[in-house]
Amino acid sequence: MTSLVGQGLVLVGLLICAVGAPLAFAGGRARSAAALAWSRRLALAFAGAMLAANLVMEYALITHDFSVSYVASVGSRATPLHIAIVSLWSSLEGSILFWGLVLGGFTAAVAVLQRRGHDDYLGYTLGTLFAIGLFFSFLIAGPANPFRPTPLPIPLDGPGPNPLLQNHLLMIIHPPALYLGYVGMSVPFAMAVAALLRGQLGPTWLRPLRNWLIVPTSFLTLGIMLGGWWSYEVLGWGGYWAWDPVENASFLPWLTAIAALHSAVVMQRRGTLKAWTVILIMTTFLLTILGTFLTRSGVVNSVHSFTQSPIGPLFLGFLGVALVASVVLLALRVDTLVSEPSEDAIVAREGAFLLNNLILVTIMFTVLVGTLFPIIAEAVRGVKVSVGEPFYNRMSVPAFLGLLLLMGMGPALPWGRADRATVRRALLWPLPAAAVGTALAALLFGTNGYILVTGAIAGYALWVTFDQGLRPARSRARSGEALPRALSSSVKRSPRSIGAYLVHLGVVITFVAIAISANLQSSSEAVVAPGGVLEIDEYRLVFERAAAERQPHRAVQKATVRVERDGKLLGVLEPSLNQYPTMREPIITPAVRTGLGHDLYLTLMSVDPEGRAGLRAIVTPAVAWIWIGVFIMVAGTALCLVRPRTGLATAAVGAAQTATS
Amino acid sequence: MSLERKRRRILVVVTVLIAGGVMAYLATGNIGDNLVYYWSPTELKEAGDKAFGANVRLGGLVAPGSIERQADGMTMRFAVTDGEQQITVQSQAVPPAMFREGIGVVVEGTLDPSGHFRTERLLVKHDNEYRAPGEGEYRSMEEIMKSLQIEETTG
Repeated sequence: MTSLVGQGLVLVGLLICAVGAPLAFAGGRARSAAALAWSRRLALAFAGAMLAANLVMEYALITHDFSVSYVASVGSRATPLHIAIVSLWSSLEGSILFWGLVLGGFTAAVAVLQRRGHDDYLGYTLGTLFAIGLFFSFLIAGPANPFRPTPLPIPLDGPGPNPLLQNHLLMIIHPPALYLGYVGMSVPFAMAVAALLRGQLGPTWLRPLRNWLIVPTSFLTLGIMLGGWWSYEVLGWGGYWAWDPVENASFLPWLTAIAALHSAVVMQRRGTLKAWTVILIMTTFLLTILGTFLTRSGVVNSVHSFTQSPIGPLFLGFLGVALVASVVLLALRVDTLVSEPSEDAIVAREGAFLLNNLILVTIMFTVLVGTLFPIIAEAVRGVKVSVGEPFYNRMSVPAFLGLLLLMGMGPALPWGRADRATVRRALLWPLPAAAVGTALAALLFGTNGYILVTGAIAGYALWVTFDQGLRPARSRARSGEALPRALSSSVKRSPRSIGAYLVHLGVVITFVAIAISANLQSSSEAVVAPGGVLEIDEYRLVFERAAAERQPHRAVQKATVRVERDGKLLGVLEPSLNQYPTMREPIITPAVRTGLGHDLYLTLMSVDPEGRAGLRAIVTPAVAWIWIGVFIMVAGTALCLVRPRTGLATAAVGAAQTATS
Repeated sequence: MSLERKRRRILVVVTVLIAGGVMAYLATGNIGDNLVYYWSPTELKEAGDKAFGANVRLGGLVAPGSIERQADGMTMRFAVTDGEQQITVQSQAVPPAMFREGIGVVVEGTLDPSGHFRTERLLVKHDNEYRAPGEGEYRSMEEIMKSLQIEETTG
């Protein structure tokens, strides 16, 4: 019964997309208000059908209805309720169903939020989104159908979701954040297609575009960070990023999305880089599809590609169609996007934006080559290889340092041509901050070259970020406003630029934290008998005992380890080996003592028959600041979405407040 | 667009393309030095001199009776076999919980000229893909607990 209802809802969604796509395209072409109104209604209906189908699946998961094939493959009566709920995205079919919901949500959001001022483009935008929706509803209805009835006899219990995903709460939010980022990139892509079909890029296109680009980029940033954090907390190797193909798959569209966000600013300010921005947006979408193909087809060798299925070739086909369509569309229509004449200069803010784009695209290209190389090598030469981390680091370390430097130089420079003296003053002014940064780095972390350089550049960038971000507030304060009030009204008047500087602040923090944590990690491992000690840095780790404990859905073998420093007991860490009935080997679950200075990370690797424990301890400085920096970035992007209040409106609000008080 | 502007634009585009090309070459030109090869003992032997110093992930089974632990408690020697060839591995890593004779392993490291494969990374081989275990692989919680208890009590 549940199977039938679910399948019916998916088919309704498929039908809506099949009708909606031609209707919206035709309506956009004919500029028909009636067709546009109907496209909007269909967008809401598509979202409704997808929401209902997802709710039916949740109901089946929560009630352990094993007659639904997906529940039979990932459900289990022993699974706690919250894990049962998130099982929706724990395996392939469910995650594609969830993808449908997110796509429906974005399509409906475009239909609702772009009611005004985007009519020139909306038909084409919705048409493209329906076309993408058609592909995904087809996947859900056919090859990746989660609602298939389970063949008889219906089992009484199931294996439960992948234990690695059950093992940590971060897994609840990491996939949805990533999906919101991945799927959300469909919207800017659809808008780029609309711009090419319409043959113009006006302000009614650009203004909404920025927000539709910021939202998925922000989610993608959060999703990537949560993935790294999850990997750090769960996988037990003490790191957060390994240039694994699946990590790269999420990183590639992020790089081009960041580039597009920056080139869109130049487009808005100078009227140039139009075609370039459109290309970046289209590339971003294509990279999300490529990434999905890589992670879902099993062609790459990765710890994360936990699902393999026949939908791989379909994704490749979809990628091919989207790529060809994009290239053809660009070739035929790109000359309609004429840049406005402007006096661009290289040593100016637009020059910094251009360099930023060049660096981001180069990193993207490097990562793409490294990710695809093993696949091509195996196909062409039949050798199994993987690309080692040094390949990626050699390129990305200087490139990211370059980006950090540009984050300081760009905002310091004026737009357009400026005389030499102005440029020199703008660029030399923050240099003392670079000296302070270097000195601080040397004082805190010694003479590691990478960290000294990062400290210098970060000091420079931080100075410029604060200087520029606080400039409006300072000038208000100088004209007599109280400082807190000057600050809040400057945020209200220009939330976008202050949001952008907040993002930059987060980026500086994250970059510095990555540089420190990647260069100054120390580790120590040993097999210790009960009462024995493992020493690392200033810590003494005293292994007390190992014990086994039975929980409803798993067995936990736990080591109890006292943490001491300078003879004082700081606490107890309990790393464990978790055994699930469905896994042939235990999952290493580290115990982490997180601090703002450094993390102490302890894994239990084995317990031998004599009761001795194989322990590995890792001390990583500054790692918590990576997560903190990303949260600041996300807060900054949220601020970028706030509608600026004009001077008049602020004055009116102020007057109203005085009147009521 | 005036001719002078057009010429300038072309100049900018060409500069950007050349800069991009140089950066791309610098970025990806060293890929050959950073490859990690997935080899079996037979393939490693066949590679001959090429194998020395290369980054290799060696996969195979731990040969029965080959595990020797050194007195320092950390160093361990064992042989990895694929049924035809056998490579002696010297490991500095704490072995994972499932490590024992006859189990599949992947060791990452390099072959030194003496013919010893040195590694600090030892993984018990498992499927990358998660799947429900087949017939005979599904252990009950009782069995899991029993295996853990035995480890506890014999200590």
